Amino acid sequence: MAEVRYVQATRVYAKDAPPAVDALDLDIKDGEFMVLVGPSGSGKTTALRMLAGLEPLDGGRIEIGEKDVTWVQPKDRDIAMVFQNYALYPSKTVAENMGFALKMQHVPKDERTRRVLQAAKLLDLDEKLLDRKPKALSGGQRQRVAMGRAIVREPRVFLMDEPLSNLDAKLRVQTRSQIAELQRRLGITTVYVTHDQVEAMTMGHRVAVLSGGKLQQCDTPRQLYDNPVNQFVAGFIGSPAMNLQTAPLTDGGARLAGTVIPLPTAVRTAASQAGLRELVIGIRPEHLHLADGTGEIKGEVMLVEELGADALLHVRLAESGNQVVARTEGRKPPAPGQDVTFRVQPDDIFAFDPATGARIGS
Amino acid sequence: MSASAVPARTRMPGPQRFREMSNTVGWGVVAWVLGIAFFLPVLWMVITAFKPESAAETWPPRFTFSPTLAEFRLVFSGWGPYVTHSAIATIGSTILVLLLGVPAAYALAVHPVKRWRDGLFFFISTKMLPIVAAIGPLYVIALKAHLLDSIWLLIILYTAMNLPLAIWMIRSFMLEVPGEMLEAARLDGAGRFREITEVIMPVVSPGLVSTALICVIFAWNELFLALNLTVTNAATMPMYLISSVPQEGLYIAHLSAAATVASVPVIIVGWIAQRSLVRGLSMGAIK
Repeated sequence: MAEVRYVQATRVYAKDAPPAVDALDLDIKDGEFMVLVGPSGSGKTTALRMLAGLEPLDGGRIEIGEKDVTWVQPKDRDIAMVFQNYALYPSKTVAENMGFALKMQHVPKDERTRRVLQAAKLLDLDEKLLDRKPKALSGGQRQRVAMGRAIVREPRVFLMDEPLSNLDAKLRVQTRSQIAELQRRLGITTVYVTHDQVEAMTMGHRVAVLSGGKLQQCDTPRQLYDNPVNQFVAGFIGSPAMNLQTAPLTDGGARLAGTVIPLPTAVRTAASQAGLRELVIGIRPEHLHLADGTGEIKGEVMLVEELGADALLHVRLAESGNQVVARTEGRKPPAPGQDVTFRVQPDDIFAFDPATGARIGS
Repeated sequence: MSASAVPARTRMPGPQRFREMSNTVGWGVVAWVLGIAFFLPVLWMVITAFKPESAAETWPPRFTFSPTLAEFRLVFSGWGPYVTHSAIATIGSTILVLLLGVPAAYALAVHPVKRWRDGLFFFISTKMLPIVAAIGPLYVIALKAHLLDSIWLLIILYTAMNLPLAIWMIRSFMLEVPGEMLEAARLDGAGRFREITEVIMPVVSPGLVSTALICVIFAWNELFLALNLTVTNAATMPMYLISSVPQEGLYIAHLSAAATVASVPVIIVGWIAQRSLVRGLSMGAIK
């Protein structure tokens, strides 16, 4: 059990290139499930590997349990890692794979067997599989062996590098909840890397969004969704993504699709103080409410994606011709080619600085 | 229209099918002709080994003769010391090559040392000089070290001869070991020694077998060094073959019998290692 701290942690791969991880500050609480999420090249995996000790630091430090581990060997950090491709030893049986770390720590054989069996039970791993080689297992079983190898060690911190990316969609959803539930039961601090924002939102107690090696925002999934600090987080979190449209400022609001969208006073004051002439307006798909011809935002339906419970409308806006996505009820959605109008609550509108991407007036 | 289209889909039209078939047959014939061309001299050697000396050297060659084991008896009566020397030099040098080659390849592949490219080039550059150019100095060194006509000399030289190739081969096999697996081993607390013995070796073992086999073949068949640096105390099988050629008289049948016997060990080793060999030589081709 331990908390983890990144303090100005920096990693530079090549001298002239921008840092892969740039002065990362992150506090992870004891027993917390922290998800690092971001697009590829955002530095999330590098950040995890720095914590594992597989990647040296070029600046700053990393602490585990209030102890500086920046220059501590991986094996002495008391951590366990689940790799993307599982990295099981092909010549060893499942039981030997899971017990290898204990063998290296000279744990007696009886104790090793006991802990391997315990972990197998915890993961619903059939005891018959323990004598098999990884080659004879299915993808899902291999994934669980990789998890088992981490659990057997009873480490202070779990590190997981996209452990679900090699599973098929159905198994991924199933395993997702199993891992979250297991983490809750064991109460071990976990750092989990993924590029999938749905995984991040459903599993993490808190989610750290990274982009270009920099931490954008670290908060609970709810807060990230409701209060993104900048345009990147707003666009990255949520599926389908938030509609982001550049709109010129007018008296009392912003001009979009042939109408003026009223903006809260706080946004207007902040925008005029910053001397902005236009804003990036963000509206989540579910906040575009269909309004039977009485709404202000006008457009034409281009495509309808039926999801069952609801439907996604791809709409071309009047005037600008930009596309937005709206989520509506699944029954009787408008047909492609039909003209529609939408209404938006002023509170549901996000505004961002077009130059810096920072949130305005929050 | 549709009626005529159906059979065209299910069965290939005549000329096209003929072309396809003749193609397959054509390549088959080429493969057989080449295979037989390679095998024929070997077959001729084995057949000749069973002939009496008088029947071996006739022109045109005779295919009817009464087979005899006389020449084999003659070979087995004199091969004792030669085959022992060959076995010791071959096995000894191959073990040494693996013992030295594995750590060397590890240092060049898994955790590359500084200037590993130069190291790699140095190893292969030792094979660029023809061995004839070095035989003089080698003779003098062996003489001063009192190693002339000693089996130790052959073990050392065969190790030096095979090591560069072995390092290159083992290195390429080690590059196939997934990086994640080595990182997992580091996190699991395996040191350098455990990393090699418990994680890398099991993965590259088919490659090690094929490397060992190639070293065995090269060392077993080596003649030049043995001929120039040994006389009796360390004379090997290839030297025995040469010694079967007398100054005068008939010798083809005897030489064939000796050559047949000399090639048997390599064939047996190759046959045993066949499965590993195919896996080893095709490593990296499939994931």
